[in-house]
Amino acid sequence: MSAVIDSHGHAHDDHGGEDHGHPSGLMRWVSTTNHKDIGTLYLWFSFIMFLTGGVMALTIRAELWQPGIQIVQPEFFNQMTTYHGIIMVFGAIMPAFVGFANWQIPLMIGAPDMAFPRMNNWSFWLLPVAAILLVSSLAMGGAGVGWTMYAPLTTQAGPGMDLLIFAVHILGMSSIMGSINIVTTILNMRAPGMTLMKMPMFVWTWLITAYLLIAVMPVLAGAVTMTLTDRHFGTSFFNAAGGGDPVLYQHIFWFFGHPEVYIIAIPAFGVVSQVIPAFSRKPLFGYASMVYATSSIAILSFIVWAHHMYTTGMPVAGQLYFMYATMLIAVPTGVKVFNWVATMWKGSLSFETPMLFALGFLFLFTLGGFTGLVLSMTPVDVPLHDTYYVVAHFHYVMVAGALFSAMSGIYFWLPKWTGKMYDETLGKWHFWLSLIFFNVTFFVQHFLGLAGMPRRIPDYNPQFTEFNEISSIGAFGFGLSQLLFLYIVLKCIRSGEKAPQKPWDGADTLEWTHLPTPVPYHTFENPPTVK
Amino acid sequence: MTSKIGLKVASVVTALYSGVATAAYQLNFSRGATRLTEDIYDLHNLMMWIITVIFCAVFGVMFYSVYAHRKSVGHKAAQFHENTAVELAWTIVPFFILIAMAIPATKTLLEVRDASNPDVTVKVTGYQWKWGYDYIKGEGEGVAFLANLSTPHDQIYGSETKGEHYLLETDRHLVLPVGKKIRILATAADVIHAWFVPDLGVKQDAIPGFVRDTWFRAEREGIFRGQCAELCGKDHGFMPIVVEVVSAEKYTAWVAETKKAMAAAADDPDKKWVLADFKVRGEKVYGSICVTCHQANGQGIKGAFPALDGSKVVKGPKSGQIDVVLNGRPNTAMAAFGKQLSDTDIAAAITFTRNSWSNSTGEVVQPSEVKAARK
Amino acid sequence: MSHAAPTHNYYLPQPAAYPIVGSTALLLMTVGAAMWFNGYAFGPWSVLAGAAIMVYMMALWFGKVISESEGGLYTDRVDLSYRWSMSWFIFSEVMFFAGFFGALFYARTLSVPDLSSIDNKLLWPDFAASWPTSGPYFTDPFTPMAAWGVPALNTCLLLTSGVTLTIAHWALKENKRGLLNFWLFATICLGVLFLGFQAFEYSHAYSELNLKLTTGIYGTTFYMLTGFHGFHVTVGTIMLICIWVRCLKGHFKPDHHFAFEGVAWYWHFVDVVWLMLFVVVYWL
Ligand code: HEA
Ligand code: HEA
Ligand code: HEC
Ligand code: CUA
Ligand SMILES: [Cu+2]
Repeated sequence: MSAVIDSHGHAHDDHGGEDHGHPSGLMRWVSTTNHKDIGTLYLWFSFIMFLTGGVMALTIRAELWQPGIQIVQPEFFNQMTTYHGIIMVFGAIMPAFVGFANWQIPLMIGAPDMAFPRMNNWSFWLLPVAAILLVSSLAMGGAGVGWTMYAPLTTQAGPGMDLLIFAVHILGMSSIMGSINIVTTILNMRAPGMTLMKMPMFVWTWLITAYLLIAVMPVLAGAVTMTLTDRHFGTSFFNAAGGGDPVLYQHIFWFFGHPEVYIIAIPAFGVVSQVIPAFSRKPLFGYASMVYATSSIAILSFIVWAHHMYTTGMPVAGQLYFMYATMLIAVPTGVKVFNWVATMWKGSLSFETPMLFALGFLFLFTLGGFTGLVLSMTPVDVPLHDTYYVVAHFHYVMVAGALFSAMSGIYFWLPKWTGKMYDETLGKWHFWLSLIFFNVTFFVQHFLGLAGMPRRIPDYNPQFTEFNEISSIGAFGFGLSQLLFLYIVLKCIRSGEKAPQKPWDGADTLEWTHLPTPVPYHTFENPPTVK
Repeated sequence: MTSKIGLKVASVVTALYSGVATAAYQLNFSRGATRLTEDIYDLHNLMMWIITVIFCAVFGVMFYSVYAHRKSVGHKAAQFHENTAVELAWTIVPFFILIAMAIPATKTLLEVRDASNPDVTVKVTGYQWKWGYDYIKGEGEGVAFLANLSTPHDQIYGSETKGEHYLLETDRHLVLPVGKKIRILATAADVIHAWFVPDLGVKQDAIPGFVRDTWFRAEREGIFRGQCAELCGKDHGFMPIVVEVVSAEKYTAWVAETKKAMAAAADDPDKKWVLADFKVRGEKVYGSICVTCHQANGQGIKGAFPALDGSKVVKGPKSGQIDVVLNGRPNTAMAAFGKQLSDTDIAAAITFTRNSWSNSTGEVVQPSEVKAARK
Repeated sequence: MSHAAPTHNYYLPQPAAYPIVGSTALLLMTVGAAMWFNGYAFGPWSVLAGAAIMVYMMALWFGKVISESEGGLYTDRVDLSYRWSMSWFIFSEVMFFAGFFGALFYARTLSVPDLSSIDNKLLWPDFAASWPTSGPYFTDPFTPMAAWGVPALNTCLLLTSGVTLTIAHWALKENKRGLLNFWLFATICLGVLFLGFQAFEYSHAYSELNLKLTTGIYGTTFYMLTGFHGFHVTVGTIMLICIWVRCLKGHFKPDHHFAFEGVAWYWHFVDVVWLMLFVVVYWL
């Protein structure tokens, strides 16, 4: 064996002849071990899933345009709701942020790549497997069980349910592998001088998120495994006849599910924490308290899960405990919101597209957080639970929160990744259209919920017609606006103007200060020294 | 199209401005018909006020900054990046605001959960997809019935105009006395459902194999509508709840009448039926119970519900089919109808399926055979 | 090609096709399993094919890793990465078991007692809560598994295996290869013995105690917890066999043997899980 680590950080056994042994064409992407390639794969995958989940959302909204059953049958409607939720959460938002992590973490901490490049490749290439399983699940009759997959409805569902369960297993594997890689990279691959408390906020948020993922994905895997054995092997986890309890499923699911919503939110916080200081030309206010607040959110997220279960009839002491614990999360989240505003205070603000999306995030995420607080009050949640108020709440935190933040991050780093500038005017159009249509879609859903319209129904009483129409109009507008986004990205890649090394004068992390634009394929083979 | 949208937007704006909550543009909870719904209404409003104030304060600062600290007006960035006093303040102050919110919430919650000393207790059972009611204690004890959606198929799928209570109407109402404490014991036979009536301030998950309780005391008479609020399969959107709250006298009269009707309708399980009559009877049962899954044409829904037309079980020995219908099939939507229906109804439905569509066994399944098959 | 001196000492592998092969294998396995459970004849074959591909892929991938390791490519930094990652992986396993232990605690302290509460008398008039139970509806009588027979013996076996493994590790660090090979082999034997006893225990339970996977919540939690543990012991034993073969081939150095340590951590983790199982599943 003549393997040596060469100046590109590559081992060369005996394939001297090839160009660094890199396959080209499709095989380049299939076998790549480069964090930038893998990041790109993640981002495109997530965008395709976003469109898929979006088309499902539009199916839902089209059916809900008018009372009566018009375009899809109830069974199929339930499947649309289910796959929309699962695809958006596990297929669109989570992979999008893993894509950011892959691209940015090595660049931001001065590492040559991720700690385990081959495993990194597998984390990604598990996702298409999961996607195929989801599609075949739908083809095999689907399972209209909700993204929460509550037992015992899942016990009744057909073979599509088994494929759905396996899809969740594979997604879990992917997340766990990806997260272990991220944690290891952050803990072990920082450039000299890059102490933990000097890491960019985005890196911190991913360290915390990865920890959450490793902690809760196995629990979800356990929950769906129990569902699988209840379905086929006669176990009684969720069957009262055998001494089990359907509510047990909910406890296990939400023990995963609540941290999951922060898994979605925390990297979004990270992106915004890079963008706001850059466009305020002022350091992030309260860096240390940001780190502590984010960690507190992560820790608290493990002990509040049953706020999704106020109507299951748990003892009143339990309800009180979960109510208080849930409310407490407003404190660290508030710290973050205040810090962002204080970062802007007395800054020198400019409003390019990334900043606009970050501000949209800040404003609307907070609004969603406030409705979360309303829901956390048990007596108020009882009439609101499983109504459109909840749907409105979580789209505010997940679409205007996580998705807007992802958009902000894409616009922010696109020049660095592609070496070209996007079209600023179109970017602004994209923002304003998204902002307006988003609110048209989801603001009115609060009223529907307050008036008592349950979620996951394909048809409703005419008293709800008006707001549903407004919401459907908004949804189609919002969807079309995202096609504009696709156009902007493609245009940037094909014919954007050349971007300078540091297009944003307020940006100060390593990828802007130490690396040319576009970032070369191999970076930081000689680690930078951070003062 | 545009003008229609314009109109819509305009009307919403008007509704928002005038603050009038018309039925179509209801913007807040309804005050409901119980003291607790009033409490919840007030609690929610209180929260909304606090939140609005905080929201305006935070974003007032932000938008001021957006306005005044723009680069385009030449504002230079300060470089401060921490301030322990401020940071402590905005950690501690919200904490106290939360306590201020938690106190009234706790008070209301303790009342909501106090189901002691009810006047009437009703057991509510969720089935796919209808509700069953059993009056098990208090005046009316012994009354029991199923309540099905009564909105006609044509209103849902067809062009027929939709009525005012479209999807929120049932063939039988849950009748209850005004001013009395009603305890609801919720359970389910197949999957989880939730019994939700907004104006009565109740939502209780109905969990198969467990009994969970909630209660309400309606302060005024009236008809209150709600629907199932937990995803329970295909017709989750089609299992409404209608509660009719009446005066004490009317309630007493209703109980007497219902009991009489129940006694009259009780079938003699030993009666011998002939095919023609029994098929008519069976068609009714099939049309209200089996049809949601197996469909009117007996073809079922491919992939989810098997066709009964031509089914081996239906054309096979009677005992096999009686067993399926009485005891259901575990882990499928095919429930044990033995728990819901009388021997006569089951026998009638089976007889109907065995002699409809292309099935023509010519056999009559007698109620006594079903009775014998029950364990 | 210039074989320049490394400028930073982190080994970055070349592009590899193992992952996509592994993904294909998983696709075959999962689709196959789903079809199998629903009675399609090709299901088992698909699972088998997937598993074969998976084993083949893992043999290649791990073979590659071993050769890289023995080729001296893994510097201390890389070694540290492996340590972090193995720790986090074991943490994820802990959480997986936590889910199932949680289910057991929930059933014992909440759902079973609740099923015999006053309100639930409406549904299950004759059910009296006690543990173990097969629930209010499944009334087929069964005998619970006793703690102080085979399970206690198995506890001793596993605890002993932890000791023998530690001796082997000590021998490796002292570079006493003979002792290393012997004690590692002893550990493997103990692992296999454990599995043998567990298989015996299961067949005893099925044939004599009428204790089955379908025996309500007791059977469910009993088999699922001990079953997943047994599966982990199996995997651990295979891992032990792999490093044993490597030891026989002369792999590992006194100061560089992460693979050995990783397996040892895993084995101890499995050991600790067993202790908890013994206490809460068999004993209490
Ligand atoms: C990104 C995802 C995300 C985030 C961040 C949150 C954040 C929060 N969520 Fe949300 N939630 C979801 C995603 C999310 N949620 C989803 C997907 C569901 C539905 C799942 C389903 O059923 O399908 C859900 C459902 C849900 C419920 C259950 C509703 C029901 O089904 O009945 C509840 C109840 O407590 C809740 C509460 C909260 C709270 C208190 C927060 C808090 O973290 C919010 C904290 C933030 C703020 C409060 C604003 C900023 C703070 C300040 C400016 C400080 C000052 C403020 C005060 C002192 C008041 N959420
Ligand atoms: C982060 C996650 C995420 C995201 C981004 C979204 C995005 C959207 N969601 Fe989603 N949603 C969930 C997570 C998410 N949702 C979850 C978890 C549930 C709960 C599921 C459950 O109950 O089990 C849910 C449920 C849910 C419901 C309730 C369904 C029900 O209860 O039956 C509705 C209804 O309006 C809805 C609407 C939308 C809309 C209109 C969008 C839009 O933002 C989507 C916009 C995107 C596009 C439209 C695609 C891009 C455009 C094209 C591909 C071109 C074609 C377009 C045109 C021709 C116009 N969602
Ligand atoms: C909630 C849905 C639902 C309702 C209501 C329902 N069924 Fe079924 N039925 C099913 C499902 C699902 C199956 C398939 C079970 C299986 O996969 O083994 C089934 C199977 C059957 C079978 C066996 C068919 C075969 O070929 O295997 C018969 C007979 C039957 N139902 C009769 C009835 C009758 C009579 C009624 C009304 C009293 C009824 N069902 C109501 C869902 C339903
Ligand atoms: Cu019953 Cu939903
Ligand atoms: Cu939550």
